Amino acid sequence: MAKIIGGVTSSHIPAVGNAIANGQTQTPYWKRFFDGYKPAQDWLAKHKPDIAIVVYNDHGLNFFLDKVPTFALGCADTYDNADEGWALKPVAPFKGNAPFSWHIAEKLVEQEFDICTCQEMKVDHGFVNPIRALWGTHEIWPITAIPLAVNVVQHPVPSALRCLKLGKALRKAIESFPEDLKVVVLGTGGMSHQLQGERAGLIDVDFDLETMDRIASDPEWFTQFSNTDIMRRTGTEGIETIMWLVMRGALQDNVKVVHKHYHAPISNTGAGVLVLENTFI
Amino acid sequence: MSSWTKHDYEDIPGTYVFDGKHAHDSYALNKLLFSFCEQANRDEFDADPAAYCDKYGVQGKFKEFVLKQDFLGMLKAGANIYYMAKMAIPRGTSVQDCGAKMQGITTPEFQAKLTAKGQGLEEKLKARGGYWNG
Repeated sequence: MAKIIGGVTSSHIPAVGNAIANGQTQTPYWKRFFDGYKPAQDWLAKHKPDIAIVVYNDHGLNFFLDKVPTFALGCADTYDNADEGWALKPVAPFKGNAPFSWHIAEKLVEQEFDICTCQEMKVDHGFVNPIRALWGTHEIWPITAIPLAVNVVQHPVPSALRCLKLGKALRKAIESFPEDLKVVVLGTGGMSHQLQGERAGLIDVDFDLETMDRIASDPEWFTQFSNTDIMRRTGTEGIETIMWLVMRGALQDNVKVVHKHYHAPISNTGAGVLVLENTFI
Repeated sequence: MSSWTKHDYEDIPGTYVFDGKHAHDSYALNKLLFSFCEQANRDEFDADPAAYCDKYGVQGKFKEFVLKQDFLGMLKAGANIYYMAKMAIPRGTSVQDCGAKMQGITTPEFQAKLTAKGQGLEEKLKARGGYWNG
């Protein structure tokens, strides 16, 4: 049977990809941010997951505002990166696993998560940058990667509680897949930041650090907050942190905290890396 | 037409939540901005910006903002920040530049405010415990 070895969180801001592409990861600005990924990279190298389910949001590459699915799952053999408008060279295509994806889609719908299935899905920086930060940049990626997009751009967006429940349903879906695959779930985005408005530049380090600890030990804590509460405290784009709840919901209740790294500011955000391990692996 | 439903996030200071009303009112503008994912569309726009606006139904103040490359105006009129960035970044205006303008400060001042948010971080991490720190 497939099993979930653990979950990892990562920021997915465009600047991360640019820093990697431009060889700036060891400059004074970036060094502490990127060095803090090393233990996460080591953990992945040690446990060698077969599949990464990447929970992220699209920023207007695959989806336009004509149709905005709340939750959308890639169900294809491959996923292409593409020009997001900045004329950057796309990274190599990612290999998916269609039979696995369709199994996940079926099991999610059975559990009343009526997910949007995508047989073509272009993946943007939200998907690409966490993979690059955790596995490096490759022409042939060392991991099969499946996009799970959450709408956190156009409100109404789902609640933190809904995301946690999706994670729990995702766990059942993955664990019912008959092949012996090792799966890691990435929760991307966050943490506190606001890009627009007179309040742009908001970062709340204290709330971020409380969130880091509670996501590991008591994820229900985060579900007490409405989306308005979260935006008021952590900024309009801080709402992305609800995607971490999908990752957390997919893990067992008590997890081992393998690694905890926080840095602020990076670009406009507080950035957190958590490696949470399912102890049965 | 009915009135738009009010939301409790509307009183968050200095904050514009991109919701149905914004998405509805700025739809044509965001569609034009989204089209810039394609190089051919960027070239077509550059050849005749006004005609490109007309093609996408971008009119009135929205058209004015596009033609003047007034990114702040676009944002205030309801452009989504991610879509706006597709036009602004290649033209030398970063998201941080827009944030600074919103506050009436320079970009270096905006960046200095961000950097200040990280002051005392390592002490905070030590006090909490369990954090990687090199």
